[in-house]
Amino acid sequence: MKLYDYELSGNCYKIRLFLSILNKSFETQTVDFYPGQEHKSPPMLALNPLGQLPIIEDEGKVLRDAQAILTYLAAKYDETGEWYPLQDPDRLGEVAQWLAFADGITGTASAARLHDGLFYDLDVEAARAGAHRLFRILDEHLWFAEQAGQSWICSGNHPTIADIACFPYVILSEEGGISRQDYPAIRRWCDRVKRIKGFIGMSGVFPTSAAA
Amino acid sequence: MLDLNCKDSVILNQWHPLSSLEEINKGVVHKTRLLDASISYGIDDEGTLSTWLSNDHLKAGQPYNAAAITDPLPVKHAHGYLWTCLGEPPETLFSFSEFYESDRRNVPTGVFGVHVSAGRAVENFLDMGHFPFVHTGILGEEPHTEVKEYDVEVSETRDEVVATQCQFYQPQAALASKEGAMVDYIYRVPHVNCALLYKSSPTDESRNDVIYLFLQPMGQEQIRAHTGMCVVDDMNSHEDIRYFQQTIFGQDKPILENQYPKRLPLDPRAETPIRADKTAIAFRRWLSRKGLTYGVIPVEA
Repeated sequence: MKLYDYELSGNCYKIRLFLSILNKSFETQTVDFYPGQEHKSPPMLALNPLGQLPIIEDEGKVLRDAQAILTYLAAKYDETGEWYPLQDPDRLGEVAQWLAFADGITGTASAARLHDGLFYDLDVEAARAGAHRLFRILDEHLWFAEQAGQSWICSGNHPTIADIACFPYVILSEEGGISRQDYPAIRRWCDRVKRIKGFIGMSGVFPTSAAA
Repeated sequence: MLDLNCKDSVILNQWHPLSSLEEINKGVVHKTRLLDASISYGIDDEGTLSTWLSNDHLKAGQPYNAAAITDPLPVKHAHGYLWTCLGEPPETLFSFSEFYESDRRNVPTGVFGVHVSAGRAVENFLDMGHFPFVHTGILGEEPHTEVKEYDVEVSETRDEVVATQCQFYQPQAALASKEGAMVDYIYRVPHVNCALLYKSSPTDESRNDVIYLFLQPMGQEQIRAHTGMCVVDDMNSHEDIRYFQQTIFGQDKPILENQYPKRLPLDPRAETPIRADKTAIAFRRWLSRKGLTYGVIPVEA
């Protein structure tokens, strides 16, 4: 399997993180995303006409979109069946719902980070306000989950790919000027994600201590 | 005199980097921020460079025409970058002779926005103590955490802070490194917002690779960090060198952005240094003697 990868991309990190958790080996091809804009070059556009990362190639299959790739990897390589609960319609629906939510986090928190860090020209105040709206919803959801004795975004006792999809741009949000100070349930959940067996960080994401 | 929010003549009377020359699209107006002012710049096909205080006649993205610039600012083209000045420009910019050696690979590794003052970013660049904890497995690793004794001086003739005899154990000092090694470092701070680091090249021990950090203060607590490498390395591609350095810088970024206060305190009693911070102490004193107030917390009189 080959991942077209850029270290500082949170969406590429989702795939590296999940493959590490699955303990599945893969090769990477570094794409000069910044400043080279290689993801907009003709050979890359041939793989993904949207001009975005990540992209994977696996046994001849080319797939784009972080959430789609997580779904594919879980369905194909997770022998436990826990990360993408195909046999459980209720939880499967929840996963799909939060995967779409993760896309919203990309459109807001990640956009603000690109503005502040890499000088993308966009309305950063709107992006930050949008991220805060989503973080408030996620924080409340996680708080109620904790009250019900649940640790993860979707119901059940095991994390799902929804946790992997939402985590990167939440944990990188401060690079876009979005503080997590007002979201205590999100902060506790971030620590739980960091304690998943096989967890790895990226530039800007540090490991945490073992649970007390 | 220009009408500017920034009134600190120490920072106004400096050359400031705006962009790597490689990254300026020709024939188009670009816009950025320097010392709280909006600055535009452009380069045409003949290589004519201009910078000016932004105005509504020549907006970012519009065609650039050097002849249309009525109030140009001073420009300097040096060390691969475009520099400008909002005050009295100094006659010279610091030396960087390695940049001009014919067999060098000069790789601008990217410019990054960081929410921190320039002084804090320079200090982090000068600090070896954080390597094992922030750049784990690359520039340091436990238990090799000791910062050995080193020398610091402020060169009066060249007006720069220099730290020599620095040594640190590094698992992967550069992309071309094959194994961990004790690496020799020299640090130079030849400009209030620019620092260079010289480290023995893994491919030729008699020469030094140079890593530089040229900071453009957008505001007192926000910078554009221009990073780059000037290396003796005929094996790795530009992209690989760039990727290595971006990984390192990405690790530093959250550390920088969580510094408090964001401005650099110049009072020696404000923060408690350890022996390993000798270079930082000399740097703060040097800034204090210059009378810098922008982006710092000056010593109270």
